[in-house]
Amino acid sequence: MKRKNKRLSMISAAFLAICAAMALILAAFEDNIVFFYSPTEIINNELQANQRLRLGGLVEEGSVQRATGSPIITFNVTDLITTVPITFKGILPDLFREGQGIVAEGNFRGGKFFATEVLAKHDENYMPKEIAEALKKSGKWKGAENALPQTK
Amino acid sequence: MIVETGHFALVMALCVAAVQSTLPMIGAHKKHSSWMALASNAALLQLLLLIISFAALTYAFVTSDFSVTLVLNNSHTLKPLLYKVSGVWGNHEGSMLMWVLILAIYGGAVAIWGNNLRPTLKARVLGVQGILGFGFLLFILFTSNPFNRIFPAPIDGQDLNPLLQDPGLAFHPPLLYLGYVGFSTTFSFAIAALLEGRIDPAWARWVRPWTLAAWGFLTGGIALGSWWAYYELGWGGWWFWDPVENASFMPWLAGTALLHSAIVLEKRDNLKSWTIFLAIIAFALSMLGTFLVRSGVITSVHAFASDPTRGVFILALLVITVGSAFALFAWRGPALKSTGIFQPISREGGLLINNFLLSVATASVLLGTLYPLFIDVLDLGKVSVGAPYFNSVFVPLMSPMILIMGLGPFLNWKRGDAILALKQLQIAAIIALTGAVITWFLIDRATVLAAFGIGLSIWLFCATLSELAGRIQLFRAPIIEVLRKLRRQPRSSWGMTLAHGGLALVIAGMTASSAWRVESIQSMMPGDTALVSGFEFTLKSVQNIEGPNYTASRANFDVTNRASFKISLEPEKRIYVVSRQPTTEAGIYSTFLGDLYAVIGDPDGKGGYITRLYFNPLVTWMWFGTFIMVLGAGISLSDRRHRVGAPARRKLPRGATAET
Repeated sequence: MKRKNKRLSMISAAFLAICAAMALILAAFEDNIVFFYSPTEIINNELQANQRLRLGGLVEEGSVQRATGSPIITFNVTDLITTVPITFKGILPDLFREGQGIVAEGNFRGGKFFATEVLAKHDENYMPKEIAEALKKSGKWKGAENALPQTK
Repeated sequence: MIVETGHFALVMALCVAAVQSTLPMIGAHKKHSSWMALASNAALLQLLLLIISFAALTYAFVTSDFSVTLVLNNSHTLKPLLYKVSGVWGNHEGSMLMWVLILAIYGGAVAIWGNNLRPTLKARVLGVQGILGFGFLLFILFTSNPFNRIFPAPIDGQDLNPLLQDPGLAFHPPLLYLGYVGFSTTFSFAIAALLEGRIDPAWARWVRPWTLAAWGFLTGGIALGSWWAYYELGWGGWWFWDPVENASFMPWLAGTALLHSAIVLEKRDNLKSWTIFLAIIAFALSMLGTFLVRSGVITSVHAFASDPTRGVFILALLVITVGSAFALFAWRGPALKSTGIFQPISREGGLLINNFLLSVATASVLLGTLYPLFIDVLDLGKVSVGAPYFNSVFVPLMSPMILIMGLGPFLNWKRGDAILALKQLQIAAIIALTGAVITWFLIDRATVLAAFGIGLSIWLFCATLSELAGRIQLFRAPIIEVLRKLRRQPRSSWGMTLAHGGLALVIAGMTASSAWRVESIQSMMPGDTALVSGFEFTLKSVQNIEGPNYTASRANFDVTNRASFKISLEPEKRIYVVSRQPTTEAGIYSTFLGDLYAVIGDPDGKGGYITRLYFNPLVTWMWFGTFIMVLGAGISLSDRRHRVGAPARRKLPRGATAET
């Protein structure tokens, strides 16, 4: 092969490889993006039962219940307009508390959210942005001093 | 008084940085040797000033001087000494001070060990370091001053976030920063070379040790963070593809590519623009990582409370630094002509594919990390991109790379012989295939992916060993000769062997712990037994205990395999006194084949406790493998070929060489 041809074939090989990589990335994107919903949105949207999604809001005070003798925990998450019950099996993260913002990941079936993962934050003063906005949308946002996480 | 001294030293450091970033650059341009020589002194003075500043802050933490706001917010008199010290960098302001201190350490190191550099190059490298230091010092003094006082001083502090009160996390940030900031040196070298308009194998040789050091620290830092997440968060996992983890992983990927492309530049005088590009990208990604962590723009388990003005400032620094670097690159880059010719089947061909795959991997992680941000800015909804995306992109990208990693070292520079190389790799291929097949048929719950992963790991390990065996002529020369050759192997070759071999162990650990992890969540009364992967976990008792600054319920598990093996695990659930924040301390017993892992949760209301028990196979292989990789970097770094400069330069008389 001439040098020019060689270069051409190398460039086309690289081009094909990049196309393959792009296809790979896009296909992975298609399947694996998880949308975030507030409790009001999740009730109002038509959702497929097996679709993975995230639900964020405040843990309703006094709603956390542990089934005695089993690791199943139920609690309500609210944006102060709509409340959605969550069922979760396992140990809640250390920073999980009533009245605090959390994000749960799982499925929504028949008005109930089945969480496989519950995320709370490392920092007790931190309010996940999504939750802050979910609260703002529901018009229940209180004051600006909580709007931005406090400096710690 | 000491605190004020620290503050003053910080302001002085800013002034010195201003000098360091201007005069040597002008001197290098106009060939004033005394102005150029100023760079080293300025760099050393800046290092001294920042050491004073950092020491003053440490002093404030150790003596619990609560008139300093930062100490008040992050320390407490009851806290053990180690965490008083690590509290210095366990917060935003202190960690940024550490950032610039490390920048100055690298600057000082270039000043001390860079005597074999061309004077103009050295002056410019230190000048660019000075610019970076100036930017970050401004940032600290204007938005995050660690020395702010509060009057009157309260009696006691608010304590460090309990999750951070842990030996693993005490050393995770310094290592990570040594890695991140280490890429500032390669960045400065790249910018300096662009300014000089000259990039040659000697340049690559000078840059290599800095890349190696940064890469080694970053590898260690990431591993330590992952280890911490594994035992402290109590989820039994070690990597969550969290944005902040990705932020440290992207510079690692780019840095790994840089490490390999610099070899091609050194040996073959090729891939010049590409190497420069990678050097800029690696540091840009490090700064992006700092921005993501410090600005709180992305929701992450790591996201700490943050202040938007800081985010804007870092973003501005990032845009200015990287923007002007790329502008310079666009202007000067096309003039860099590569001289060597390129054959696809050759050592450099293999390294090019490695670079290609690593870059695509970096881009895919970047896309996945920033995508939620784009979508949010465009107001198209809230999304998160989680582990499934990264796994489904990463595995197909990395698999061919691992295959080629085994093959590459067998190919010669310039023109390799693939057939010959494959012949030498027959044994490795057979063992790897056998291993994959055995895994597939004989091990329970083996998926195709798991068998493939184990096969890849064995392939890489055996190929690396065969390569070493080939170099020392094992089984082909008399044993004395083999031993002599083994001793005479250059340290940089050992570095490669160890790094590749270590990665093989890491892959085995990742594959096994993802594929065969056994998790069991249940409620247990004292006396109850749970069966996990053939091990009986018996909850003996749960007691309340008191630590220095926390109280805890400590569970006592007996674990046995119903034969001779019997150990006990003591996981704790702690509540820290000051912040009332609970933390989980997993009970872990590591064996060669896997970790027994127990976590105690909340009471279930009937006298029992929720427990989470795991068998995590081969997890220790990951930590051990990373340790081997870092060791490889260290050994390679000690190679004396890095310390002597470019050989061509030494032979010529001084002065006459300046323009060659």
